[in-house]
Amino acid sequence: MDEGMKNMSKILLKIDGKDVEAREGMTILEAAQSAGIDIPTLCHHEKLEPYGACRLCNVEVEMRGGTKLVAACLYPVEQQLTVRTRSEKVDRIRKMILQLLLAHAPNSRELQRLGNEYGADKDRFEKESSFCINCGLCVRYCAEVKKLNAVGFVSRGATREISFVPEIAARECDQCKECFPLCPTEALQAAYVLAEALASFSPSFGLESKA
Amino acid sequence: MDIERVDRIIDKHRGEARALIQILLEIQSDNRWLPKEALTRVSERLQVPMTRVQHIATFYKAFSTVPKGRHEVHVCMGTACHVRGAQRVLDKVQDATGIQPGETDSDLRFSLEIVNCLGCCALGPVMEIDGKTHGRMSPAATVEALNDYE
Ligand code: SF4
Ligand code: FES
Repeated sequence: MDEGMKNMSKILLKIDGKDVEAREGMTILEAAQSAGIDIPTLCHHEKLEPYGACRLCNVEVEMRGGTKLVAACLYPVEQQLTVRTRSEKVDRIRKMILQLLLAHAPNSRELQRLGNEYGADKDRFEKESSFCINCGLCVRYCAEVKKLNAVGFVSRGATREISFVPEIAARECDQCKECFPLCPTEALQAAYVLAEALASFSPSFGLESKA
Repeated sequence: MDIERVDRIIDKHRGEARALIQILLEIQSDNRWLPKEALTRVSERLQVPMTRVQHIATFYKAFSTVPKGRHEVHVCMGTACHVRGAQRVLDKVQDATGIQPGETDSDLRFSLEIVNCLGCCALGPVMEIDGKTHGRMSPAATVEALNDYE
């Protein structure tokens, strides 16, 4: 962010009572990481633009006498900001998010590990195993890092899911598959949807991309 | 849908990526649905990734990525129509056309959708065919109305 301004002015803030020095344009998450303070994330990846989908990284910041919940992976640091990465409120929200996500991907080890940490009951909500939790890591990695756009989202709301473009997938995915290990639900979904796309792909159908 | 028609619509918007939704809307109204070939063409000519074209084409309800029938039937299931017997009208339409809401018959004659209000509750139960309102429908009148559309 704000690279263009080349404004390297120092920002001093407090995270969990610790004085942290950050650069302007950094997010709370980056500042916390640089100070060795852990904030859990699911949809964040250093190589990708901030996305703010999972809200697991939410933290409390002090503001005008009260506190406000913000997504640490999106929120830029401010001079004298006071941040709490754990609090009753933050933990309760993380627990709820994890319970909701576990209903979709009950076998995800990453979700289970986080779930244990926040006391989430994986059976709190009826299972609706869609596997994908729409974190968008695979989609964004393919677009932003690989610049291939082989996988994208289709549909909206509760029926939103990932979908591979068969023409591109047939050409590119076999030698890449770099999105698989990014998936917080352990690649199951991407691998499955890719296989499905390739199975449906007959080169005679549709216009072959000339790219 | 032939590709020239798609191209003509794209040309009208000078192939500009920001006209993506407008272009899709025009293809949709020209062809009643968005075939994969058309989406691929739009993606290539506008230089917009296919993933993005697909996301938009599946996001808005105005778009269909499966073939649509020649006639669009909307049965109102809003509260007023519901209490006036919309369910019986819908059942009859389903019987007569052999399709469920969201489906299209194999002759591509009808596509059926249910809606939540057509804004003319006093006429309930209401059915709309190709935008024309048919009010105070009885199951029998429903079949008659459908027969007018080939
Ligand atoms: S398949 Fe996995 S990585 Fe891709 S959006 Fe879904 S949860 Fe995220
Ligand atoms: S990591 Fe911040 S919203 Fe997902």
